[in-house]
Amino acid sequence: MSHNIRNFSIIAHIDHGKSTLADRLIHYTGITDARTQKDQILDNMDIERERGITIKSQAICLPYKGKDGKTYALNLIDTPGHVDFSYEVSRSLASCEGVLLLIDAAQGVQAQTLANLYLAMEHNLEIIPVINKIDLPSADVERVIEQIDSELGLDPDNHLKCSAKEGTGIAEILEAILERIPPPQGNAEAPLAALIFDAHYDSFRGTVIHCRIFEGTVKSGDTIRLMFNKAVYRVEEVGHFMLTRQKSEQLTAGEVGYIIAGVKTVSDVHTGDTITLDNRPCAQPLPGFREVKPVVFASIYPIASDDYQDLADSLEKYTLNDASFIYEKDSSAALGQGFRCGFLGLLHLEIVQERLEREYDLSIILSVPSVRYRFTLKNGTTMEVDNPTYYPDPTSIAASEEPYIRAAMMLPERYLGAVMKLCMDKRGSNSVLNYTGPGRAELTYEMPLAEVIYDFYDRFKSVTQGYGSFDYDLIDYRPSNLVLVDILVNGEKVDALSQIIHRDRARARALQACERLKEEIPKQMFKIAIQGTIGGEIISRTTISAFRKDVTAKCYGGDISRKRKLLEKQKKGKKRMKMIGSVAIPQSAFLAVLKSDND
Amino acid sequence: MTDAAPGLYIHIPFCRSKCPYCSFYSSPSTELIPAYLKALGQEMDFCRPGFLTFDTVYIGGGTPSLLSLEELGAIMEGVTKKFLISSGAEITMEANPADLDHQSLAGLKQLGFNRLNIGVQSFDDKLLKFLGRRHNRHEAIEAIAAAQAAGFDNLGIDLIYGVPGQELPVWQETLQLALSFRPAHLSCYQLTLERSTPLHLRLLQDNLTLPDEEQCADFFFRTAATLQEAGYQHYEVSNFARDETACSRHNQKYWQHVPYLGLGPAAHSFQEDKRWWNKADLAQYLRDCGKGIAPVEAAESLTPDNLRLEALFLGLRTSRGIDLASFNNRYGCDILAEKAGAIKQFIERGLLEINGVFLQPTPGGMAVADTLALM
Repeated sequence: MSHNIRNFSIIAHIDHGKSTLADRLIHYTGITDARTQKDQILDNMDIERERGITIKSQAICLPYKGKDGKTYALNLIDTPGHVDFSYEVSRSLASCEGVLLLIDAAQGVQAQTLANLYLAMEHNLEIIPVINKIDLPSADVERVIEQIDSELGLDPDNHLKCSAKEGTGIAEILEAILERIPPPQGNAEAPLAALIFDAHYDSFRGTVIHCRIFEGTVKSGDTIRLMFNKAVYRVEEVGHFMLTRQKSEQLTAGEVGYIIAGVKTVSDVHTGDTITLDNRPCAQPLPGFREVKPVVFASIYPIASDDYQDLADSLEKYTLNDASFIYEKDSSAALGQGFRCGFLGLLHLEIVQERLEREYDLSIILSVPSVRYRFTLKNGTTMEVDNPTYYPDPTSIAASEEPYIRAAMMLPERYLGAVMKLCMDKRGSNSVLNYTGPGRAELTYEMPLAEVIYDFYDRFKSVTQGYGSFDYDLIDYRPSNLVLVDILVNGEKVDALSQIIHRDRARARALQACERLKEEIPKQMFKIAIQGTIGGEIISRTTISAFRKDVTAKCYGGDISRKRKLLEKQKKGKKRMKMIGSVAIPQSAFLAVLKSDND
Repeated sequence: MTDAAPGLYIHIPFCRSKCPYCSFYSSPSTELIPAYLKALGQEMDFCRPGFLTFDTVYIGGGTPSLLSLEELGAIMEGVTKKFLISSGAEITMEANPADLDHQSLAGLKQLGFNRLNIGVQSFDDKLLKFLGRRHNRHEAIEAIAAAQAAGFDNLGIDLIYGVPGQELPVWQETLQLALSFRPAHLSCYQLTLERSTPLHLRLLQDNLTLPDEEQCADFFFRTAATLQEAGYQHYEVSNFARDETACSRHNQKYWQHVPYLGLGPAAHSFQEDKRWWNKADLAQYLRDCGKGIAPVEAAESLTPDNLRLEALFLGLRTSRGIDLASFNNRYGCDILAEKAGAIKQFIERGLLEINGVFLQPTPGGMAVADTLALM
């Protein structure tokens, strides 16, 4: 039956219309009607719709009757779109045989068009270039066809044109999927090999595993084994992703669907792991598995210490649905009880923060994010420190090391100079330059991870004007000269603002932190001194002057209610600030310390 | 303070032209004045059950001085017929300098007005023009002199500072000229641009620069110092009195949570824990009154928390400050105990003082009264 299946994904630069096209395809195949149709069907979370990015992978099976009169199952697998989630993307693409590479007719080929194309090529996928937004007055289809040839190196005659917004060209796309994307291979009789490309938590059924069956068959009642975890579960239900989950008899080779097997939390499931049958396992797990480990660490504190238990409960619920997020108890002298958390990157951190605030209605503060450093002490012991609070006594340190990554960047040649300078600024070394096509360069650098989480990605995007793509892998730990920089607000140390920094960077970063805080902390009724220090020595300083007048000029009959409401609002705003001594510090200040100047 | 007699405010919603900074409700349709006077009489009838006695009457606007003596007389007749106005009551009218002459002033005196508040705003012709006022420096001087000559000793002058383009010396000159009349009362307001006023629009369009917080603070403290040197009491953020008796008795009711009744479009009223306000539209106001319906737009019930916060920010606007004992009695809150930490800090920073049973703002504290109230 697998020749009636097509597994594909849509890849595109941000805002090139991926979600709109997905909506169109879904609508065209008739599984929704206008009544149930809402925009961006696959982006379930508010935060995904707002940021225009997909965070979780989603899949949907579209029943489609081809021009040949046969009925097909088209599995559309939506992928996340950010470097923090590049591993998840690779697992989603590994579940497909082909992709629609969507290009905006007005903007043409952009950075992520290329980055995504390379990813698809790595997985040997059939690539169908689709030019979208041809209805725009500024559309320049000829130019884009030219770019498909010259910049993407694809056959320009093979492109399709559509306007997802107006719904034109959709039938042609669906036919092209049938004709050009190969049906999945695989033997339904072979031992089971299914790739986990995502999982989500359902409060009634527990973890729902999203998978692609490569070999064999799985049905309810089977005993499955997760090969990396070596855990064994009994399958309760299998099925396909229609608009909602639809139970079926079995899933066989080539199909995309879900398995529910009494797995308690999503952390028990690893994206990229292989599912097989316990009594008849496959010989090898599917290739490409990697255990995803957090690389950025920060502490989360409730603004009001009474909310600690709420925060604890919310984190517990949150992790049910985000396997890459980890946390443990932590406490801060300035901010009280909280949790130390690990994230895949800064975007992941911001998403977690936003979801906790939005979905769980919490007001939280995040400490300045850090990577995990390694210290060898004079007594011979080695310790890993991802929390500046546990920075060892400097006199006891024999050697310091920090994690390094290899950054892989694709960019038009014209930005090479700017990017190389940026990488040098970020302590990059051992560069390798390759030309992948005329005018296109592939550049790799080895860089400290700490520099990358600091503001590298934003600056990279800015110096390449969005045309560069960037990905990285952790490589090793290397010796480094590290110091602990503390921040004092009116003489009081705010431990959540402490950072472990390379000595050469310390002064500049401390000054930047002070200046950032000056921008973020509102004027108060007294002067506020902000100082950066290393071991008690002041290395930077800014001052926020006091405000002298804020009182409203007129306050008579009609003004009183209005003024009271205003003050009540301010009072609420003040509750969202953290009091350090007598200084009210807004939430935003804590993360701002790490943001770059060029934002 | 709850047992103090309430104050009566009557809004005259007519202006010949609208000043570009003003957000008060007014209409240029002076032909509606007779209809308005009739409606006002009807509104008095609706309110009579809740309010009977007043010891202050304040006729504001709009521009009350647009009304003829006969029209003002009709209002005063209505007031005295329908309510009990205690003897010795403070009866104020706001006036535009352009509308005052010997005849009108004598007439006002006869009608029983014993306090006049003149909207001078500035003695600088350039600024007066910018502010869209009908009068010039000369007319302002004439009006003040005429009012004093007519025997209005209890005379208030309104001035505005922080006007774009106004340098400190220009303001000082205006202040000195005002002081030369030794008026009983001076109100010095920082120009505040309310939303959807023409000047605010210009501000949004980047077509206007207001002085910054530092400059406004300079104006404020310079004003306070100048007037204090001249012997005036800085008894509220924007108000100065020649002596204790010259403080506006009516306005103090607002700051001390004393009940007040406001009549006319957009006027606000307050009693116990209720505040309500009339529709800010003359046509609707006339229609409602004509139908025998109270022209009320909305009302709010103030929770104990609401009242406490109001009492704090209102009290801290005044040099009298907060009477701690009566605050505790009325609002059920011993702030000295509950806010001990914050109050101690504010005292150390020279923003608050405790004098006997009063928690009082210093001049510096008065300038940040709103923030102090968030203690």
